[in-house]
Amino acid sequence: MSNVVSLDSIFGLGELAPPATMPAAPEAASGCSSSSCGLSDGPADMDPAVWEKVKNHPCYSEEAHHYFARMHVAVAPACNIQCNYCNRKYDCSNESRPGVVSEKLTPDQALKKILAVAQEIPQLSVIGIAGPGDSLAANGRNTFATFEMLQKKAPDLKLCLSTNGLALPDHVDTIAQYNIDHVTITINMVDPEVGAQIYPWIFYKHKRWTGLDAAKILHEQQMLGLEMLTSRGILVKVNSVMIPGINDEHLLEVNKAVKSRGAFLHNIMPLISDPAHGTYFGLNGQRGPTAQELKVVQDACEGGAKLMRHCRQCRADAVGLLGEDRGEEFTADKIEAMGIVEYDDEARRSYREHVEAERAGRHASKAAAQADVRDSVGTTVDPILIAVATKGGERINEHFGHAKEFQIYEVGPGGAKFVGHRRVDQYCEGGSGDVDTLDGVLAAINDCTAVFVAKIGGCPSKSLAEAGIEPVDRFAFDYIEESALAYFKDYAERLDQGVVQSRAGQDAVIRTGALTARRA
Amino acid sequence: MAYKIKSAECTVCGACEAECPNIAISLKKGTYVIDPAKCTECQGQFDSPQCAAVCPADCCVPA
Ligand code: SF4
Ligand code: SF4
Ligand code: SF4
Repeated sequence: MSNVVSLDSIFGLGELAPPATMPAAPEAASGCSSSSCGLSDGPADMDPAVWEKVKNHPCYSEEAHHYFARMHVAVAPACNIQCNYCNRKYDCSNESRPGVVSEKLTPDQALKKILAVAQEIPQLSVIGIAGPGDSLAANGRNTFATFEMLQKKAPDLKLCLSTNGLALPDHVDTIAQYNIDHVTITINMVDPEVGAQIYPWIFYKHKRWTGLDAAKILHEQQMLGLEMLTSRGILVKVNSVMIPGINDEHLLEVNKAVKSRGAFLHNIMPLISDPAHGTYFGLNGQRGPTAQELKVVQDACEGGAKLMRHCRQCRADAVGLLGEDRGEEFTADKIEAMGIVEYDDEARRSYREHVEAERAGRHASKAAAQADVRDSVGTTVDPILIAVATKGGERINEHFGHAKEFQIYEVGPGGAKFVGHRRVDQYCEGGSGDVDTLDGVLAAINDCTAVFVAKIGGCPSKSLAEAGIEPVDRFAFDYIEESALAYFKDYAERLDQGVVQSRAGQDAVIRTGALTARRA
Repeated sequence: MAYKIKSAECTVCGACEAECPNIAISLKKGTYVIDPAKCTECQGQFDSPQCAAVCPADCCVPA
């Protein structure tokens, strides 16, 4: 029975079209409110069929994103709409970051690249097509050609695609046919009045539409496509770009609308806007949200469609674990030089078995650490944010100076949960620390109480402490959540004694210029 | 009577190629071009030239 209740909170029972695989459930409570029904919890409170689909998918499971790698291939350059935050000289910014140009590939080149990467990176579990335009524009020709070959050559890899949704209803059957069990739709509005401020035009049924008409058609197609996918049991993640002053509060409506149509995850991402990108918004001074503004909207949507907070807005040709990008190692020239690569899933299989074994132990130890905090700390202490330097594997295993991003955890009496990430410049790129970069890091994690690192030098340590952020290396190489809970227990005691002060009310800066990191 | 692509502004996305009802558009030496012999400006087929309607760079124009 508990299974049924939590399914409710995962799927959001469709008023319109519940997923075909879902059992008829009672008008149950809106589900649990704490992170205990998060995606990371696994089989205990998730339909096993769904868990099977998401457990190794870095974008669909917060837990998996610590362990598994994805790869995007940029085979779809055409698009069928215009977004005000997009400049078509660059990649689509629905999935990717504005101002980034991916290496376009033909389906044949893409296949070759995928096989080569799969051989090098055993963590690889997912191949996605996210542009650089819309994966379903121009009839989705390259997208489906790539999937067709892939399904034959490397059947163990999961396939997913991203779309703005305009052409989605026409392609749902094809999507189902290729066993694509994850689709991302970017939905920024459910009200054409709002949409008209985001989309100047669309191309639909051989015609260019503008204004309210355009937004209305796009909205209807998005909702229809979403319902068609969920009714076939295909998992749908909805991306929304948060645009302050245009759709920030409206995103709550979007969250409700997509939840009621069975969306599995809702990912609210910040608008990244810069005049240098030459986008309409960039040139007109439309700004992106601050870290706290983003968190306020994300928190308000919690309890609706399950939120995703680990999206990195990767490039359309990103390769590797989320937060890293090894694309440079696999450019078309380098792949060409590698010659023919054979398909062999041995390494990937044994890696997946290893993760499977580790998972079981982790669920138990997290629960124990959480119980300890619950018993020893009252419920009156406010949660705090902790920045973590990690290379993956859910461990604190990165040097402060080498971190290209910090993962942000919120920890409180209710437990520890991942709430986001902040990209920074590497503080000691090339060996010596530089003061400007350190200021950038401080601004990016200014709302955090502590920063967990594997190692940190004396200078940055001192600057952090002066800024009121405690550098902590005593949990080096330990698991993140357990360490965060242990730290919180200690913090609550010190707060009680008046030795530390709460950092509530601090905000942080979301970097605009940063791209998903390229390895040097 | 034909359309042309202002190649300096073209992003080489290929959206126009997929929409042209007369297969008049193709990729030549890294940029898309319209074959004036095949282009009908979409007359009798659609309300407006399809390449111009879909082009994100607005670079498909009367020749
Ligand atoms: S863009 Fe978001 S959804 Fe896509 S791979 Fe990156 S994190 Fe996952
Ligand atoms: S105007 Fe019509 S026929 Fe001519 S190139 Fe454009 S789409 Fe093709
Ligand atoms: S649609 Fe426009 S930008 Fe794209 S290839 Fe055709 S002419 Fe170039």
